[in-house]
Amino acid sequence: MQTLQLLLSGLAQGLIYALLAFGYNVTFATSRTFNFALGTYLTFGGVVGVVLYMNHGVPFPLVLLAVLLCGALGGFILEKVAIQPSLKTRSSYNWILATLAVGIVLRNAIEVFWSTDDFKLRSPIGDDPLRFDGVGIFPQEILIILSTVAIVVAVEVFKQKTIFGKAVQAVSEDRDTASLMGINQGYVIRVSFMLSSAMACFAGLLVGPVTLVSATMGTVLGVKAYAVSIIGGLESSYGVLVGGALLGLSESLTARYISTGYRDIPGFILLILVLLLRPSGLFGRATVQKF
Amino acid sequence: MQTNRVVRVAALLLVLAACTSKAPIKIGVYGPFTGGSAGMGVSMRNGVTLAVEEINAAGGIDGKKLELVARDDEAKNEKGAQVMQELLSKERVVAVLGPINTGVADASTRYAEEAKVPVLINASAGAKVNELFEQFPDNYIFRIAAHDLLQTELIVREAVDNRKLTKVALLCDDTNYGQNGRAKMEKALEKRSMKPVYLGKFKIKDTDMTAQLQEAKAAGAEALLVYGIGPELAAIANSQNRLGWSVPMIGAWTLSMAAFINNAGKNGDGATMPQTFIESAASTPKQKAFLAAYYQRFNEKPIAVGVAAAQGYDSMYLLKEAIEQAKGTEGPKLKAALEDLGKTYEGVTGSYTRPFSKTDHEAVKDAQMGVVKDGVVRTQAAAAAAAAAAPPAAPAPAAPAAPAAPAAPAAPAR
Repeated sequence: MQTLQLLLSGLAQGLIYALLAFGYNVTFATSRTFNFALGTYLTFGGVVGVVLYMNHGVPFPLVLLAVLLCGALGGFILEKVAIQPSLKTRSSYNWILATLAVGIVLRNAIEVFWSTDDFKLRSPIGDDPLRFDGVGIFPQEILIILSTVAIVVAVEVFKQKTIFGKAVQAVSEDRDTASLMGINQGYVIRVSFMLSSAMACFAGLLVGPVTLVSATMGTVLGVKAYAVSIIGGLESSYGVLVGGALLGLSESLTARYISTGYRDIPGFILLILVLLLRPSGLFGRATVQKF
Repeated sequence: MQTNRVVRVAALLLVLAACTSKAPIKIGVYGPFTGGSAGMGVSMRNGVTLAVEEINAAGGIDGKKLELVARDDEAKNEKGAQVMQELLSKERVVAVLGPINTGVADASTRYAEEAKVPVLINASAGAKVNELFEQFPDNYIFRIAAHDLLQTELIVREAVDNRKLTKVALLCDDTNYGQNGRAKMEKALEKRSMKPVYLGKFKIKDTDMTAQLQEAKAAGAEALLVYGIGPELAAIANSQNRLGWSVPMIGAWTLSMAAFINNAGKNGDGATMPQTFIESAASTPKQKAFLAAYYQRFNEKPIAVGVAAAQGYDSMYLLKEAIEQAKGTEGPKLKAALEDLGKTYEGVTGSYTRPFSKTDHEAVKDAQMGVVKDGVVRTQAAAAAAAAAAPPAAPAPAAPAAPAAPAAPAAPAR
């Protein structure tokens, strides 16, 4: 019973990492770059959620819409100011610092214009745990698990089945050739950033009720999600689900059965092992980098 | 010609006035005004600001206005050291108030010792104060806040002596603050020849305490003694609710932070902590006046962290008394005055008569216990009364409310 409880809360925690990690994968697929501000975008989503839902009592569907729009807009701006200039100048890694900088600016803006405190975001489906034979689970955690899986599957299906999805894959395969085939690669990359940021903001809205919403809520999540991306494989969508679950479960089980002080250790040992033995990730395919 | 002379005299008077108007007295205040513990820092700064504005409105000290120099240490130790050096050598403040975080205080007070500038710590409970005498016999660090040794003793007294609990679990965060608290709670238990049944740790920003609580429960704990700050303490209360395991939570004064109360909601009911000031139980005219002024000045009610605000306010007034008594602002004179304050100061957090001595720099010698009840920190008596009055409305309160507090341990006024 105890273990089941741990498995459930570990899984919910892990799938939060997975959703954010998926955001890294989406932009990596199209442009070979990440948005290192993703953790802050998660914060941003949570903050918009608190302001609209808790302070102004806006109905939840509208809050959801607003959060997604804010995310998409944020992604658009980030791509414009941090990614595009860097992609133009080839073989440069400016985007790493540029996206980090956007994140720092955004986080400080949140601290200055909003608050530095922690706020509670009420869950739209209730804050009291459901109890099954001694195992307590928050309704929001079920929602986290379901929506993360749903989003990953939906994006994957979209990539396989639609013409736009095929364009994404083509850009991911070879940007220049895709461009020669008439695919507007700039457009595909921009959309991928908007999608990934919108997902991060949605993740903020999703985790807010379980964690708390504060200007720093996304910092640790952003780092752990990046580890999940690497573990699962940057090229693999379903890999992040497995990677996230692994990290979440290892944390909760270690905390209980070894020591709470060591809860982060197994996850990062796994990260090092993966980097040593399978650098492309558990589910990634090995790629040969051509210059 | 007449008017010309008047103008000249007026000009002369103005010049004279300018010469005699004295340079302001600069006072430094530092704390985290951004980041995780900003709630405490901002409330503390507001308390200090309020006191400074009141003093200036009443003509300043000895005709000199006070000027507050506030610096954000971001709760970072290295930043705290930097800020302190800036306050001392660039701003040349006569005294420093703050900070909130134990690590920040311990990383920065050394510079004040060397510069011989008094620091009145008004929030950090864990910072070294009396411990510093060994290294600096001429100790310039003072504190007006319930220090860890006092708090941990009160926490253990509440659990073991008052509630007669024998199996307690300790749950502390992994910062300097939490781990100092853990060590001191263990010592307090040892004095009663007891050992905690479980020792748990958590990190800042942890939100799921299921694992720790399961282990504490398996060890048969009857109470959780906690040391951490608001958000994580709320996570403990919420995880308790998830497990459906309601044992009382007793811990540091941080259980009175809005970040705990708001985020734990009804799960926070019954949490008990030492308090130097309980906003809901303000009774003296001084306390009422302070609250009214604070609400009006900062448009914030209730205060985010009332204890920090009250201690900030009192620390400024104690400093004022010292400056007046010392008839100067040189560090050694101020220190001597602080160690021998002649006038009794009726403050918000208590009445202070000779709060410090040459060997004891702790102003707070005792504190009362507060209990969270329906989202407000109350005195134990008030919480028990509310619980007694409540039953018809809430037939089965799941959390075992504070078992009839045996006549609140410390009298509200020290």
